[in-house]
Amino acid sequence: MTGWRAWTIVFRGIVWREALRFVNQRGRFVAALVRPLVWLFIFAAGFRAVLGLSITPPYQTYVLYEVYVTPGLCAMIQLFNGMQSSLSMVYDRETGAMRTLLVSPAPRWFLLLSKLMAGVFVSILQVYAFLAIAWAWDVRPPALGYLAVVPALVLSGLMLGALGLFVSSTIRQLENFAGVMNFLIFPMFFASSALYPLWRMKESSELLYWICALNPFTHAVELIRFALYLQFDPTSFLVTLGGFAVFFAAAVFMYDPAKGLWGRRKGQAA
Amino acid sequence: MESPALEVQGVGHAFGHVVALRDVDLVVPRGRFVALLGVNGAGKTTLFSLITRLYDNTSGVIRVAGHDLRRAPGKALARLGVVFQTRALDSDLTVTQNLAYHAALHGIGRATARARIAEVLAQVDLADKAGMRVAALSGGQQRRAEIARALINRPDLLLLDEATTGLDVRSRREVLALVRGLTAGGVSVLWATHILDEIDAEDDVYILHQGAVLAHGIARDLAGAEGLTRAFLALTGAEA
Repeated sequence: MTGWRAWTIVFRGIVWREALRFVNQRGRFVAALVRPLVWLFIFAAGFRAVLGLSITPPYQTYVLYEVYVTPGLCAMIQLFNGMQSSLSMVYDRETGAMRTLLVSPAPRWFLLLSKLMAGVFVSILQVYAFLAIAWAWDVRPPALGYLAVVPALVLSGLMLGALGLFVSSTIRQLENFAGVMNFLIFPMFFASSALYPLWRMKESSELLYWICALNPFTHAVELIRFALYLQFDPTSFLVTLGGFAVFFAAAVFMYDPAKGLWGRRKGQAA
Repeated sequence: MESPALEVQGVGHAFGHVVALRDVDLVVPRGRFVALLGVNGAGKTTLFSLITRLYDNTSGVIRVAGHDLRRAPGKALARLGVVFQTRALDSDLTVTQNLAYHAALHGIGRATARARIAEVLAQVDLADKAGMRVAALSGGQQRRAEIARALINRPDLLLLDEATTGLDVRSRREVLALVRGLTAGGVSVLWATHILDEIDAEDDVYILHQGAVLAHGIARDLAGAEGLTRAFLALTGAEA
């Protein structure tokens, strides 16, 4: 298999399969929306009265807590989507479907990137469904923000998906996935700027502030937040881009037949 | 001279300190049905994982249709069709959707894929099931659909790892007859099994045990006067 035409066909095929799976699993789509909506409708309503927010970029004025939390919930959808993809890769590995992908003649890094892009595509659909509901809940960023946020969502989706891909290469069995939730997803989400601004965190603990500031998820949230309000945050962009590069390189290494650790352990063959 | 469909030369593999394969030599000539016989844990699946480059062998060389698997993995894998021990079709998708996906993984465009799907489904006698979800097919039909998937790229070499596992006697016979029939069309087959009944007297057989090839030859010659079962048990020390 050579040439961009063949690679395009492979890419299209992988995205098409993910889209078909997505259509066939409508429950997954609804379930992915329930989590952020619970946060928006209940958690945010409760905290609105408690948590005062001063004017902080990219906002030009005081904002309601629902408004503040919405970009974080968009990133949360992508975080969970990335982990869902990771979970499905572990499942595919156990059932054998993963083997059929990896024995394709296309380079392995390209197969993994295609799978990653397919997951990002699905996550963006989920984010837009969430933003539509949030609009009805009076969370209304500038109209152009809905367009400007696309590249931010692509990049943050790539970083979080690559993290999921890397995680999938380290998990031996589906049963181990609960550990990922407890030790990775929840700390990543809560130790970020998704639910509260970093200056708030600094007021209570300098150490926690630095943990949050160094958390790549924080930068994915801020990238989305700034883009949604038609601004660009170069630090968040660079950290998210760097995070994607590091996580993806680690995933490619782990899935590499010659170098990776993934295929070297007995009983963990694809 | 045309190179064999598969050449495995001095291949070894270890999982950490556990040696799974030692110095394996194996050849599948063009258009031949070759059986790889071994008890569970003999190393058959590991060998298949190396031939499909799920991971790299720690020693030796593997060539598919003359292409070195490490130096030119894309060319080698393009000549390969694989039916894994575990079922690999997406049960939520239809047979056609599954085949279209695998055609795409081989870089086959839509128009060509449509024609190929019709062709391979006719070969495995599943043309009337094209629009059915895989989950709705019987075990034997799912196996035939897997074979159709493996044929979509018109491979030189078809690998089947215990392809009849979990099938009833009738389905097992049908699948085996189908695969043997493919060799008439020029496809070379490496058939891994632990079921001695699946071996014919004229088959080229490799007996793999504890990661090494214990014997190789035509089944009739290996069997001698005692029969293949006794010869196999004597070689491997397995229980009857």
